[in-house]
Amino acid sequence: MKIIVSIKQVPVRDSQLRIGSNGRWIQDNDLSFEINEPDAYALEEALQLKEKHGGEVIALCLGPARASQTIREALAKGADRAIHIEEEDLTAFDTLGIAKLLAKAAEAEKPDLILTGLQSDDLGAGQTGVVMAEVLGLPSATIIMAVETAGAGIRVKRELEDGWFQNVQMPLPAVLTIQSGINKLRYATLMGIKKAKTKEIKRVTVAELGGPAAPAATIERVYLPQRTKQTQMLDGSAKEAAAKLVEKLKFEVRVI
Amino acid sequence: MSGVLVVMEQRGGAWNRMSWETLAAGQQLAAQIGASASAAVAGNSVGALANELASKALDKVFAVDHQLLGAYTADAYTAALEQLIRRTSPSIVLFPHTYQVRDFAPKVATRFGQVLISDTIGFRVDGDAPVFARQLFQGKLNADVKPGGPAPHFASVQAGAFRADQLQNGTALVENFTPDLKPEMIRAKPEDPFRESARAVDLTAADIIVSVGRGIKEKENIPIVEELAKALGAELAASRPICDSGWLPMERQVGSSGQTVSPKVYMAVGISGAIQHLVGMKGAKTIVAINKDSNAPIFEVADYGIVGDLFEVVPALVEEVKKAKS
Repeated sequence: MKIIVSIKQVPVRDSQLRIGSNGRWIQDNDLSFEINEPDAYALEEALQLKEKHGGEVIALCLGPARASQTIREALAKGADRAIHIEEEDLTAFDTLGIAKLLAKAAEAEKPDLILTGLQSDDLGAGQTGVVMAEVLGLPSATIIMAVETAGAGIRVKRELEDGWFQNVQMPLPAVLTIQSGINKLRYATLMGIKKAKTKEIKRVTVAELGGPAAPAATIERVYLPQRTKQTQMLDGSAKEAAAKLVEKLKFEVRVI
Repeated sequence: MSGVLVVMEQRGGAWNRMSWETLAAGQQLAAQIGASASAAVAGNSVGALANELASKALDKVFAVDHQLLGAYTADAYTAALEQLIRRTSPSIVLFPHTYQVRDFAPKVATRFGQVLISDTIGFRVDGDAPVFARQLFQGKLNADVKPGGPAPHFASVQAGAFRADQLQNGTALVENFTPDLKPEMIRAKPEDPFRESARAVDLTAADIIVSVGRGIKEKENIPIVEELAKALGAELAASRPICDSGWLPMERQVGSSGQTVSPKVYMAVGISGAIQHLVGMKGAKTIVAINKDSNAPIFEVADYGIVGDLFEVVPALVEEVKKAKS
Protein backbone atom coordinates (compact mmCIF):
# COMPACT_ATOMS: atom_id res chain seq x y z
CA MET A 1 0.00 0.00 0.00
CA LYS A 2 1.43 3.35 -1.02
CA ILE A 3 0.35 5.92 1.54
CA ILE A 4 0.81 9.67 1.53
CA VAL A 5 0.49 11.42 4.88
CA SER A 6 -0.12 15.12 4.71
CA ILE A 7 1.40 16.81 7.76
CA LYS A 8 1.50 20.39 8.98
CA GLN A 9 3.88 22.19 11.28
CA VAL A 10 2.17 24.33 13.92
CA PRO A 11 3.29 26.33 16.99
CA VAL A 12 3.76 24.13 20.07
CA ARG A 13 0.67 23.84 22.18
CA ASP A 14 1.65 26.02 25.12
CA SER A 15 2.94 28.91 22.97
CA GLN A 16 2.27 32.41 24.24
CA LEU A 17 0.69 33.88 21.14
CA ARG A 18 1.09 37.49 20.11
CA ILE A 19 -0.69 39.14 17.23
CA GLY A 20 1.57 40.07 14.31
CA SER A 21 2.20 43.65 13.24
CA ASN A 22 -0.17 43.45 10.25
CA GLY A 23 -2.95 42.26 12.56
CA ARG A 24 -3.80 39.36 10.30
CA TRP A 25 -1.81 36.51 11.81
CA ILE A 26 0.39 35.79 14.79
CA GLN A 27 3.96 36.84 15.29
CA ASP A 28 5.65 33.51 14.75
CA ASN A 29 9.34 34.24 14.36
CA ASP A 30 10.10 33.58 18.04
CA LEU A 31 7.90 30.52 18.54
CA SER A 32 8.77 26.82 18.66
CA PHE A 33 7.00 24.45 16.29
CA GLU A 34 5.91 20.84 16.22
CA ILE A 35 3.85 18.46 14.11
CA ASN A 36 0.11 19.16 14.24
CA GLU A 37 -1.14 16.57 16.72
CA PRO A 38 -3.87 14.90 14.61
CA ASP A 39 -1.31 14.64 11.79
CA ALA A 40 1.00 12.74 14.15
CA TYR A 41 -1.78 10.18 14.59
CA ALA A 42 -2.29 10.06 10.80
CA LEU A 43 1.43 9.36 10.36
CA GLU A 44 1.33 6.63 13.01
CA GLU A 45 -1.68 5.03 11.29
CA ALA A 46 0.16 5.07 7.97
CA LEU A 47 3.23 3.44 9.55
CA GLN A 48 1.09 0.74 11.16
CA LEU A 49 -0.72 0.04 7.86
CA LYS A 50 2.63 -0.29 6.13
CA GLU A 51 3.87 -2.69 8.79
CA LYS A 52 0.76 -4.83 8.27
CA HIS A 53 0.42 -4.71 4.50
CA GLY A 54 3.81 -3.58 3.19
CA GLY A 55 4.31 -0.64 0.87
CA GLU A 56 5.62 2.86 1.31
CA VAL A 57 4.85 5.91 3.46
CA ILE A 58 5.52 9.35 2.01
CA ALA A 59 5.26 12.43 4.21
CA LEU A 60 3.90 15.48 2.38
CA CYS A 61 4.23 18.91 3.92
CA LEU A 62 3.47 22.44 2.76
CA GLY A 63 5.34 24.97 4.82
CA PRO A 64 8.35 27.25 5.21
CA ALA A 65 11.96 26.09 5.45
CA ARG A 66 11.60 25.53 9.21
CA ALA A 67 9.05 22.77 8.50
CA SER A 68 11.95 20.53 7.39
CA GLN A 69 12.51 19.84 11.11
CA THR A 70 9.01 18.33 11.37
CA ILE A 71 9.57 16.41 8.12
CA ARG A 72 12.84 14.95 9.50
CA GLU A 73 10.98 13.80 12.59
CA ALA A 74 8.42 12.02 10.40
CA LEU A 75 11.25 10.32 8.52
CA ALA A 76 12.88 9.37 11.84
CA LYS A 77 9.66 7.72 12.95
CA GLY A 78 9.62 5.59 9.83
CA ALA A 79 8.30 7.47 6.78
CA ASP A 80 10.30 6.31 3.74
CA ARG A 81 10.68 9.66 2.04
CA ALA A 82 9.13 13.11 1.95
CA ILE A 83 7.90 15.88 -0.30
CA HIS A 84 8.28 19.42 0.98
CA ILE A 85 6.35 22.14 -0.83
CA GLU A 86 8.45 25.02 0.37
CA GLU A 87 6.65 28.32 0.83
CA GLU A 88 7.53 30.97 3.39
CA ASP A 89 4.23 32.85 3.49
CA LEU A 90 1.14 30.68 3.81
CA THR A 91 -1.17 33.54 4.79
CA ALA A 92 -1.88 34.27 1.11
CA PHE A 93 -3.59 30.87 0.74
CA ASP A 94 -7.00 29.66 1.83
CA THR A 95 -7.98 26.03 2.42
CA LEU A 96 -8.80 25.49 -1.24
CA GLY A 97 -5.48 26.93 -2.39
CA ILE A 98 -3.55 24.77 0.08
CA ALA A 99 -5.53 21.62 -0.72
CA LYS A 100 -4.98 22.15 -4.45
CA LEU A 101 -1.19 22.33 -3.99
CA LEU A 102 -1.15 19.24 -1.78
CA ALA A 103 -3.42 17.39 -4.20
CA LYS A 104 -1.21 18.25 -7.14
CA ALA A 105 1.90 17.00 -5.36
CA ALA A 106 0.11 13.84 -4.18
CA GLU A 107 -1.40 13.04 -7.57
CA ALA A 108 1.98 12.50 -9.22
CA GLU A 109 2.71 9.71 -6.72
CA LYS A 110 -0.50 7.75 -7.52
CA PRO A 111 -1.03 6.73 -3.87
CA ASP A 112 -3.50 4.09 -2.70
CA LEU A 113 -4.36 6.08 0.37
CA ILE A 114 -3.94 9.66 1.55
CA LEU A 115 -4.14 10.31 5.29
CA THR A 116 -4.14 13.57 7.20
CA GLY A 117 -5.23 14.80 10.60
CA LEU A 118 -8.88 15.81 10.98
CA GLN A 119 -7.96 19.42 11.68
CA SER A 120 -5.03 21.68 12.45
CA ASP A 121 -4.29 23.11 15.86
CA ASP A 122 -3.72 26.59 14.41
CA LEU A 123 -6.39 27.34 11.77
CA GLY A 124 -8.69 24.49 12.73
CA ALA A 125 -10.69 24.64 9.50
CA GLY A 126 -10.83 20.83 9.41
CA GLN A 127 -11.12 20.62 5.65
CA THR A 128 -7.75 20.07 3.99
CA GLY A 129 -8.23 16.31 3.56
CA VAL A 130 -11.82 16.56 2.39
CA VAL A 131 -11.03 19.26 -0.16
CA MET A 132 -7.98 17.32 -1.39
CA ALA A 133 -10.26 14.35 -2.01
CA GLU A 134 -12.73 16.49 -3.92
CA VAL A 135 -10.00 18.09 -6.02
CA LEU A 136 -8.60 14.62 -6.84
CA GLY A 137 -12.04 13.12 -7.44
CA LEU A 138 -11.46 10.52 -4.69
CA PRO A 139 -13.87 9.23 -2.04
CA SER A 140 -13.16 10.38 1.50
CA ALA A 141 -14.23 9.79 5.07
CA THR A 142 -13.59 11.96 8.11
CA ILE A 143 -12.85 11.66 11.83
CA ILE A 144 -11.59 8.10 11.47
CA MET A 145 -10.90 5.88 14.50
CA ALA A 146 -9.90 2.61 12.74
CA VAL A 147 -8.74 1.50 9.31
CA GLU A 148 -8.73 -2.08 8.01
CA THR A 149 -8.46 -3.60 4.57
CA ALA A 150 -11.61 -5.20 3.13
CA GLY A 151 -11.19 -6.98 -0.19
CA ALA A 152 -9.74 -4.52 -2.68
CA GLY A 153 -10.88 -1.59 -0.54
CA ILE A 154 -10.97 -0.52 3.09
CA ARG A 155 -13.41 -0.48 5.99
CA VAL A 156 -13.09 2.52 8.29
CA LYS A 157 -14.68 3.48 11.59
CA ARG A 158 -16.07 7.02 11.58
CA GLU A 159 -16.64 8.81 14.84
CA LEU A 160 -20.06 10.45 15.06
CA GLU A 161 -21.25 12.70 17.87
CA ASP A 162 -22.24 11.68 21.43
CA GLY A 163 -20.33 8.41 21.51
CA TRP A 164 -21.76 7.00 18.26
CA PHE A 165 -19.67 5.35 15.55
CA GLN A 166 -20.25 4.03 12.06
CA ASN A 167 -18.30 1.64 9.85
CA VAL A 168 -18.02 2.59 6.20
CA GLN A 169 -16.60 0.53 3.35
CA MET A 170 -14.96 2.31 0.47
CA PRO A 171 -12.80 1.59 -2.56
CA LEU A 172 -9.17 2.69 -2.97
CA PRO A 173 -7.65 5.12 -3.65
CA ALA A 174 -9.27 7.20 -0.92
CA VAL A 175 -8.58 10.07 1.48
CA LEU A 176 -9.12 9.74 5.24
CA THR A 177 -8.92 12.35 7.97
CA ILE A 178 -7.67 10.77 11.19
CA GLN A 179 -8.91 11.53 14.71
CA SER A 180 -6.47 11.95 17.61
CA GLY A 181 -6.33 8.84 19.77
CA ILE A 182 -6.80 6.30 16.94
CA ASN A 183 -3.53 4.65 17.94
CA LYS A 184 -0.58 5.01 20.28
CA LEU A 185 2.12 7.32 18.98
CA ARG A 186 5.64 5.94 18.72
CA TYR A 187 8.84 7.74 19.51
CA ALA A 188 11.65 7.98 16.99
CA THR A 189 14.47 5.56 17.81
CA LEU A 190 18.13 6.58 17.70
CA MET A 191 18.52 4.29 14.68
CA GLY A 192 15.50 5.98 13.08
CA ILE A 193 16.96 9.44 13.63
CA LYS A 194 20.23 8.30 12.11
CA LYS A 195 18.53 6.74 9.10
CA ALA A 196 16.36 9.82 8.53
CA LYS A 197 19.44 11.80 7.57
CA THR A 198 19.89 9.70 4.43
CA LYS A 199 16.23 9.65 3.38
CA GLU A 200 15.05 11.68 0.41
CA ILE A 201 13.23 15.00 0.86
CA LYS A 202 12.04 16.21 -2.51
CA ARG A 203 11.61 19.97 -2.51
CA VAL A 204 9.09 21.60 -4.82
CA THR A 205 7.90 25.17 -5.12
CA VAL A 206 4.39 26.55 -5.34
CA ALA A 207 5.20 27.79 -8.85
CA GLU A 208 6.11 24.26 -9.96
CA LEU A 209 2.68 23.07 -8.83
CA GLY A 210 0.80 25.66 -10.82
CA GLY A 211 1.18 28.68 -8.59
CA PRO A 212 -1.11 30.20 -5.99
CA ALA A 213 -4.83 30.50 -6.65
CA ALA A 214 -6.68 33.69 -5.72
CA PRO A 215 -8.08 33.02 -2.24
CA ALA A 216 -11.84 32.77 -1.89
CA ALA A 217 -11.69 33.76 1.77
CA THR A 218 -9.25 35.99 3.61
CA ILE A 219 -8.49 36.65 7.26
CA GLU A 220 -9.15 40.36 7.81
CA ARG A 221 -8.15 40.63 11.42
CA VAL A 222 -6.94 38.49 14.31
CA TYR A 223 -7.82 39.52 17.87
CA LEU A 224 -8.19 38.32 21.43
CA PRO A 225 -11.61 36.88 22.22
CA GLN A 226 -13.80 38.81 24.60
CA ARG A 227 -14.78 37.25 27.85
CA THR A 228 -18.45 36.37 27.95
CA LYS A 229 -18.54 35.86 31.70
CA GLN A 230 -17.38 37.92 34.62
CA THR A 231 -14.74 35.62 36.01
CA GLN A 232 -13.78 36.14 39.63
CA MET A 233 -10.05 35.54 39.67
CA LEU A 234 -8.85 34.21 43.00
CA ASP A 235 -5.27 35.23 43.59
CA GLY A 236 -2.58 34.82 46.18
CA SER A 237 -0.44 31.80 46.99
CA ALA A 238 -1.77 28.34 46.14
CA LYS A 239 -2.97 27.99 49.72
CA GLU A 240 -4.65 31.42 49.76
CA ALA A 241 -6.37 30.88 46.42
CA ALA A 242 -7.54 27.43 47.51
CA ALA A 243 -8.98 28.86 50.74
CA LYS A 244 -10.81 31.59 48.79
CA LEU A 245 -12.26 29.04 46.40
CA VAL A 246 -13.50 26.78 49.19
CA GLU A 247 -15.17 29.77 50.79
CA LYS A 248 -16.95 30.55 47.49
CA LEU A 249 -18.00 26.92 47.10
CA LYS A 250 -19.31 26.89 50.65
CA PHE A 251 -21.11 30.23 50.88
CA GLU A 252 -21.93 31.28 47.29
CA VAL A 253 -22.31 28.03 45.37
CA ARG A 254 -23.25 26.05 48.49
CA VAL A 255 -21.98 22.66 47.52
CA ILE A 256 -19.73 22.06 50.54
CA MET B 1 -33.08 33.53 -4.93
CA SER B 2 -29.92 35.38 -3.84
CA GLY B 3 -30.71 35.03 -0.15
CA VAL B 4 -29.48 32.89 2.73
CA LEU B 5 -30.01 29.14 2.47
CA VAL B 6 -29.77 27.15 5.70
CA VAL B 7 -29.09 23.44 5.30
CA MET B 8 -30.70 21.62 8.23
CA GLU B 9 -29.54 18.25 9.53
CA GLN B 10 -31.65 15.26 10.49
CA ARG B 11 -31.00 11.61 11.14
CA GLY B 12 -33.80 9.06 10.96
CA GLY B 13 -36.42 11.81 11.07
CA ALA B 14 -34.99 13.50 14.18
CA TRP B 15 -33.47 16.98 13.94
CA ASN B 16 -29.95 17.71 14.99
CA ARG B 17 -30.77 20.55 17.38
CA MET B 18 -27.82 22.64 16.17
CA SER B 19 -29.86 23.06 12.98
CA TRP B 20 -32.29 25.37 14.79
CA GLU B 21 -29.47 27.56 16.07
CA THR B 22 -28.13 27.79 12.52
CA LEU B 23 -31.60 28.61 11.22
CA ALA B 24 -31.82 31.48 13.74
CA ALA B 25 -28.39 32.67 12.53
CA GLY B 26 -29.66 32.47 8.94
CA GLN B 27 -32.74 34.57 9.72
CA GLN B 28 -30.61 37.20 11.46
CA LEU B 29 -28.05 37.30 8.68
CA ALA B 30 -30.75 37.57 6.00
CA ALA B 31 -32.41 40.46 7.86
CA GLN B 32 -29.12 42.32 8.11
CA ILE B 33 -28.20 41.99 4.45
CA GLY B 34 -31.75 42.73 3.35
CA ALA B 35 -32.37 39.32 1.80
CA SER B 36 -34.67 36.40 2.39
CA ALA B 37 -33.88 33.22 4.32
CA SER B 38 -34.80 29.76 3.16
CA ALA B 39 -34.12 26.31 4.55
CA ALA B 40 -33.44 22.89 3.08
CA VAL B 41 -33.73 19.44 4.61
CA ALA B 42 -32.37 16.38 2.82
CA GLY B 43 -33.25 12.73 3.30
CA ASN B 44 -35.63 10.00 2.29
CA SER B 45 -39.27 11.05 2.85
CA VAL B 46 -38.65 14.35 4.60
CA GLY B 47 -42.13 15.78 3.94
CA ALA B 48 -43.08 15.91 7.62
CA LEU B 49 -39.82 17.61 8.57
CA ALA B 50 -40.28 20.15 5.76
CA ASN B 51 -43.78 20.91 7.01
CA GLU B 52 -42.38 21.55 10.48
CA LEU B 53 -39.95 24.05 8.95
CA ALA B 54 -42.82 25.74 7.12
CA SER B 55 -43.96 27.27 10.44
CA LYS B 56 -40.85 29.44 10.61
CA ALA B 57 -40.39 32.87 9.09
CA LEU B 58 -38.76 31.72 5.86
CA ASP B 59 -39.18 32.42 2.20
CA LYS B 60 -39.07 28.81 1.13
CA VAL B 61 -38.47 25.35 2.51
CA PHE B 62 -36.86 22.85 0.18
CA ALA B 63 -37.63 19.19 0.79
CA VAL B 64 -34.67 17.49 -0.86
CA ASP B 65 -36.08 14.01 -1.15
CA HIS B 66 -34.49 10.89 -2.59
CA GLN B 67 -34.26 7.25 -1.66
CA LEU B 68 -30.47 7.46 -1.94
CA LEU B 69 -30.40 10.17 0.76
CA GLY B 70 -31.84 7.78 3.37
CA ALA B 71 -28.52 6.67 4.83
CA TYR B 72 -26.00 9.50 4.85
CA THR B 73 -23.16 9.33 2.35
CA ALA B 74 -20.86 12.21 1.46
CA ASP B 75 -21.26 11.51 -2.25
CA ALA B 76 -25.06 11.62 -2.34
CA TYR B 77 -25.36 14.61 -0.01
CA THR B 78 -22.71 16.57 -1.92
CA ALA B 79 -24.38 15.93 -5.27
CA ALA B 80 -27.88 16.70 -3.98
CA LEU B 81 -26.85 19.95 -2.30
CA GLU B 82 -24.79 21.03 -5.29
CA GLN B 83 -27.83 20.57 -7.53
CA LEU B 84 -30.13 22.45 -5.16
CA ILE B 85 -27.69 25.36 -4.86
CA ARG B 86 -27.27 25.58 -8.65
CA ARG B 87 -31.04 25.64 -9.02
CA THR B 88 -31.76 28.21 -6.32
CA SER B 89 -28.58 30.39 -6.48
CA PRO B 90 -28.41 31.56 -2.85
CA SER B 91 -25.75 34.14 -2.02
CA ILE B 92 -24.89 32.48 1.32
CA VAL B 93 -25.27 28.86 2.42
CA LEU B 94 -25.15 28.12 6.16
CA PHE B 95 -24.68 24.70 7.79
CA PRO B 96 -24.60 23.66 11.46
CA HIS B 97 -20.99 22.68 12.24
CA THR B 98 -21.71 19.00 12.90
CA TYR B 99 -19.51 15.98 12.26
CA GLN B 100 -21.68 15.18 9.21
CA VAL B 101 -21.29 18.69 7.81
CA ARG B 102 -17.53 18.44 8.28
CA ASP B 103 -17.69 15.28 6.16
CA PHE B 104 -19.40 16.74 3.08
CA ALA B 105 -19.86 20.55 3.16
CA PRO B 106 -16.22 21.30 2.19
CA LYS B 107 -16.83 19.19 -0.94
CA VAL B 108 -19.92 21.22 -1.84
CA ALA B 109 -17.99 24.48 -1.46
CA THR B 110 -15.12 23.12 -3.57
CA ARG B 111 -17.52 22.43 -6.43
CA PHE B 112 -18.25 26.16 -6.54
CA GLY B 113 -14.57 27.11 -6.33
CA GLN B 114 -15.27 28.28 -2.79
CA VAL B 115 -14.19 27.40 0.75
CA LEU B 116 -16.37 26.63 3.73
CA ILE B 117 -15.72 29.23 6.44
CA SER B 118 -16.08 26.65 9.18
CA ASP B 119 -17.11 26.69 12.82
CA THR B 120 -18.10 30.37 12.86
CA ILE B 121 -19.23 31.99 16.11
CA GLY B 122 -20.79 35.18 14.76
CA PHE B 123 -20.88 37.64 11.92
CA ARG B 124 -21.06 41.32 11.16
CA VAL B 125 -22.22 42.89 7.94
CA ASP B 126 -19.81 45.05 6.00
CA GLY B 127 -21.78 46.87 3.30
CA ASP B 128 -24.09 44.11 2.14
CA ALA B 129 -21.64 41.28 2.70
CA PRO B 130 -21.07 39.29 5.88
CA VAL B 131 -17.74 38.96 7.65
CA PHE B 132 -17.62 35.83 9.80
CA ALA B 133 -15.87 35.45 13.16
CA ARG B 134 -14.22 32.14 13.95
CA GLN B 135 -11.73 30.81 16.45
CA LEU B 136 -8.06 30.08 15.85
CA PHE B 137 -5.55 28.14 17.96
CA GLN B 138 -8.21 26.13 19.82
CA GLY B 139 -9.99 29.28 20.95
CA LYS B 140 -6.97 31.31 22.05
CA LEU B 141 -7.58 33.88 19.29
CA ASN B 142 -10.44 34.94 17.07
CA ALA B 143 -10.32 35.92 13.42
CA ASP B 144 -12.65 37.84 11.13
CA VAL B 145 -12.86 36.03 7.81
CA LYS B 146 -14.22 37.69 4.72
CA PRO B 147 -15.65 35.60 1.91
CA GLY B 148 -14.52 36.61 -1.57
CA GLY B 149 -15.02 35.63 -5.17
CA PRO B 150 -18.40 35.09 -6.76
CA ALA B 151 -21.33 33.80 -4.65
CA PRO B 152 -22.43 31.46 -3.25
CA HIS B 153 -20.38 31.77 -0.07
CA PHE B 154 -20.37 28.99 2.51
CA ALA B 155 -20.13 28.98 6.31
CA SER B 156 -20.85 26.57 9.16
CA VAL B 157 -22.05 27.67 12.59
CA GLN B 158 -20.63 26.48 15.92
CA ALA B 159 -22.88 24.83 18.51
CA GLY B 160 -24.19 27.37 21.00
CA ALA B 161 -23.12 30.43 19.02
CA PHE B 162 -26.74 31.37 18.25
CA ARG B 163 -29.90 30.73 20.23
CA ALA B 164 -32.67 28.59 18.83
CA ASP B 165 -35.23 30.45 21.00
CA GLN B 166 -34.64 33.56 18.89
CA LEU B 167 -36.14 31.83 15.85
CA GLN B 168 -38.93 33.85 14.22
CA ASN B 169 -42.10 31.98 13.46
CA GLY B 170 -44.12 32.55 10.30
CA THR B 171 -45.15 30.62 7.27
CA ALA B 172 -43.12 29.33 4.38
CA LEU B 173 -43.83 27.63 1.12
CA VAL B 174 -42.64 24.02 0.85
CA GLU B 175 -41.05 23.10 -2.44
CA ASN B 176 -40.08 19.54 -3.29
CA PHE B 177 -36.72 19.07 -4.92
CA THR B 178 -35.78 15.69 -6.32
CA PRO B 179 -32.06 15.57 -7.05
CA ASP B 180 -30.72 13.48 -9.89
CA LEU B 181 -28.87 10.74 -8.03
CA LYS B 182 -27.75 7.33 -9.23
CA PRO B 183 -26.46 4.43 -7.11
CA GLU B 184 -23.14 4.36 -9.01
CA MET B 185 -22.39 7.94 -7.82
CA ILE B 186 -22.09 6.65 -4.26
CA ARG B 187 -18.69 5.14 -3.61
CA ALA B 188 -18.92 4.50 0.13
CA LYS B 189 -21.08 1.81 1.73
CA PRO B 190 -22.19 2.96 5.18
CA GLU B 191 -23.16 0.43 7.85
CA ASP B 192 -25.58 1.18 10.68
CA PRO B 193 -24.34 3.59 13.37
CA PHE B 194 -23.61 1.95 16.72
CA ARG B 195 -22.54 2.76 20.27
CA GLU B 196 -19.41 1.05 21.57
CA SER B 197 -20.89 -0.27 24.81
CA ALA B 198 -23.37 0.67 27.48
CA ARG B 199 -21.91 3.52 29.49
CA ALA B 200 -20.92 2.34 32.93
CA VAL B 201 -20.37 5.89 34.12
CA ASP B 202 -23.19 8.41 33.87
CA LEU B 203 -21.52 11.76 34.37
CA THR B 204 -24.78 13.57 33.64
CA ALA B 205 -26.15 12.59 37.05
CA ALA B 206 -23.25 14.12 39.01
CA ASP B 207 -23.71 17.31 41.05
CA ILE B 208 -20.02 18.06 41.10
CA ILE B 209 -17.49 17.08 38.46
CA VAL B 210 -13.74 17.43 38.76
CA SER B 211 -12.31 17.23 35.26
CA VAL B 212 -8.68 16.88 34.32
CA GLY B 213 -6.79 17.84 31.16
CA ARG B 214 -3.34 17.84 29.62
CA GLY B 215 -1.97 19.99 32.44
CA ILE B 216 -1.71 16.85 34.58
CA LYS B 217 1.26 15.84 32.38
CA GLU B 218 1.53 12.13 33.32
CA LYS B 219 -0.70 9.22 34.13
CA GLU B 220 1.09 8.87 37.48
CA ASN B 221 -0.30 12.28 38.48
CA ILE B 222 -3.99 11.35 38.05
CA PRO B 223 -4.37 10.41 41.77
CA ILE B 224 -3.76 14.10 42.61
CA VAL B 225 -7.10 15.08 41.05
CA GLU B 226 -8.72 11.83 42.10
CA GLU B 227 -8.16 12.88 45.67
CA LEU B 228 -9.80 16.24 45.05
CA ALA B 229 -12.82 14.51 43.49
CA LYS B 230 -13.02 12.25 46.53
CA ALA B 231 -12.82 15.15 48.97
CA LEU B 232 -15.60 17.01 47.15
CA GLY B 233 -17.75 13.91 46.61
CA ALA B 234 -17.42 14.54 42.89
CA GLU B 235 -17.24 12.38 39.76
CA LEU B 236 -13.90 12.39 38.00
CA ALA B 237 -13.98 13.32 34.30
CA ALA B 238 -11.44 14.29 31.67
CA SER B 239 -10.87 16.08 28.40
CA ARG B 240 -10.27 14.02 25.31
CA PRO B 241 -6.45 13.85 25.27
CA ILE B 242 -6.45 12.20 28.72
CA CYS B 243 -8.79 9.44 27.50
CA ASP B 244 -6.92 9.15 24.19
CA SER B 245 -3.78 8.44 26.16
CA GLY B 246 -5.60 5.81 28.19
CA TRP B 247 -5.00 7.63 31.49
CA LEU B 248 -8.73 7.50 32.23
CA PRO B 249 -11.39 5.38 30.49
CA MET B 250 -13.20 6.85 27.45
CA GLU B 251 -16.49 6.79 29.35
CA ARG B 252 -15.20 9.62 31.57
CA GLN B 253 -14.69 11.94 28.63
CA VAL B 254 -16.58 15.25 28.50
CA GLY B 255 -16.93 17.06 25.16
CA SER B 256 -18.34 16.77 21.67
CA SER B 257 -17.23 13.17 21.29
CA GLY B 258 -17.96 12.27 24.91
CA GLN B 259 -20.68 13.20 27.38
CA THR B 260 -22.47 16.53 27.69
CA VAL B 261 -22.89 17.52 31.32
CA SER B 262 -24.49 20.34 33.27
CA PRO B 263 -23.62 19.79 36.94
CA LYS B 264 -23.89 22.34 39.75
CA VAL B 265 -20.11 22.69 39.74
CA TYR B 266 -17.65 21.81 37.01
CA MET B 267 -14.05 22.13 38.08
CA ALA B 268 -11.66 22.14 35.12
CA VAL B 269 -8.13 21.30 36.23
CA GLY B 270 -5.35 21.80 33.69
CA ILE B 271 -7.86 22.00 30.84
CA SER B 272 -7.18 24.75 28.29
CA GLY B 273 -10.76 24.79 27.01
CA ALA B 274 -10.76 23.86 23.33
CA ILE B 275 -14.23 24.23 21.85
CA GLN B 276 -14.64 20.44 21.58
CA HIS B 277 -14.44 20.36 25.36
CA LEU B 278 -16.46 23.53 26.05
CA VAL B 279 -19.53 22.29 24.17
CA GLY B 280 -19.70 19.39 26.62
CA MET B 281 -19.65 21.44 29.83
CA LYS B 282 -20.53 25.07 29.31
CA GLY B 283 -24.04 24.40 30.57
CA ALA B 284 -22.69 23.82 34.09
CA LYS B 285 -24.17 26.21 36.69
CA THR B 286 -20.79 27.12 38.11
CA ILE B 287 -17.50 26.64 36.35
CA VAL B 288 -14.17 26.71 38.17
CA ALA B 289 -10.95 26.80 36.16
CA ILE B 290 -7.47 26.07 37.46
CA ASN B 291 -4.79 26.62 34.84
CA LYS B 292 -1.26 27.95 34.68
CA ASP B 293 -1.95 29.93 31.48
CA SER B 294 -4.00 33.04 32.22
CA ASN B 295 -4.90 33.27 28.51
CA ALA B 296 -6.39 29.76 28.38
CA PRO B 297 -9.87 29.89 26.78
CA ILE B 298 -11.34 28.02 29.75
CA PHE B 299 -11.23 31.30 31.72
CA GLU B 300 -13.67 32.82 29.22
CA VAL B 301 -16.44 30.58 30.51
CA ALA B 302 -15.28 30.28 34.13
CA ASP B 303 -17.10 31.85 37.10
CA TYR B 304 -14.09 31.37 39.35
CA GLY B 305 -10.53 31.18 38.15
CA ILE B 306 -7.20 30.37 39.72
CA VAL B 307 -4.09 31.01 37.66
CA GLY B 308 -1.45 28.75 39.09
CA ASP B 309 0.38 25.47 39.14
CA LEU B 310 -2.18 22.72 39.60
CA PHE B 311 0.40 20.61 41.44
CA GLU B 312 0.39 23.25 44.17
CA VAL B 313 -3.22 24.43 43.97
CA VAL B 314 -4.97 21.05 43.95
CA PRO B 315 -3.31 19.59 47.09
CA ALA B 316 -3.97 22.90 48.88
CA LEU B 317 -7.58 22.68 47.76
CA VAL B 318 -7.92 19.12 49.08
CA GLU B 319 -6.75 20.32 52.49
CA GLU B 320 -9.09 23.30 52.53
CA VAL B 321 -12.07 21.17 51.44
CA LYS B 322 -11.34 18.63 54.17
CA LYS B 323 -11.01 21.42 56.71
CA ALA B 324 -14.32 22.98 55.62
CA LYS B 325 -16.11 19.65 55.80
CA SER B 326 -14.81 18.62 59.22
